[in-house]
Amino acid sequence: MTFRKYLVLAGVTVFAAAGDSMLSHGMKQTGNISVHHLQGVFSAVLNPWIAGGILLLLAFFAAYMNALSWADLTYVLPATSLGYVLLALVARFVLHEQVSPLRWLGIALISGGVGFVAGGPALTSHGHQESPLLAKDARNGAPTSEEIPAISGGAKP
Amino acid sequence: MKHLYTWSGILVIVVASVVGDILLARAMKQVGDVHALLRRSGVWTVITRVLANPNFFLGVAAMAVAFFSLLFALSWGDVSLVAPAAASLTFIGNAFAAKIFLHEKVDRRRWIAAVLVAGGVALLAG
Repeated sequence: MTFRKYLVLAGVTVFAAAGDSMLSHGMKQTGNISVHHLQGVFSAVLNPWIAGGILLLLAFFAAYMNALSWADLTYVLPATSLGYVLLALVARFVLHEQVSPLRWLGIALISGGVGFVAGGPALTSHGHQESPLLAKDARNGAPTSEEIPAISGGAKP
Repeated sequence: MKHLYTWSGILVIVVASVVGDILLARAMKQVGDVHALLRRSGVWTVITRVLANPNFFLGVAAMAVAFFSLLFALSWGDVSLVAPAAASLTFIGNAFAAKIFLHEKVDRRRWIAAVLVAGGVALLAG
């Protein structure tokens, strides 16, 4: 896991939460859309909150696809669920809404679940990875047992 | 009768989201590590590889089915039941499906995580 990959996971979390809340804010401004008044959809898309929400959800989708290219589905999904926690924290500390004890319990459960997954490996399935790349990544990683004595040996006068 | 409609709506949402997630995950594994691809061949290679993958489009279609069945289910049942039930059952369904279809090693650590997250989501959205 590189810093860039953590950034992608953070993007998945933040874009989903921000996009959903912008959409919900915009929909409350435009009101109900019924099947008989489909032109309501077009005026809804022109609402800046809804347009912004759609853009953020597109960014979420790009980050989600990016994450799925190098990590398991069962690794990425808990990361997206952290968005719910983020929303609850924003509701409590930015919007000063009341958060019930049951919801705090929900936040604790999700955070615990994410902690369990984050401690394990990101990729366990055998995707169609190209072997030259894998070999290159392995070489850039921690030095192997054969390399360490060579380095210390070279440092001696 | 209303309950039956609501729960069959929830079932359709869960199945469609799980199918969509599995197909999208498989598509991106076929595309390969995006970071490595970007470093080596640039952004257009990534975009054309994703858009040339049939699993990607099937996955997006399944996600669209999930989204519209959510809209229908919301018109039959309460938001406070449909949204959390669908979200948390999707987590459990994905853990099963990822093990079977994507051959991910869903060990005890990941099972506990799936159950905790599913419970937490149900509490938060409820």
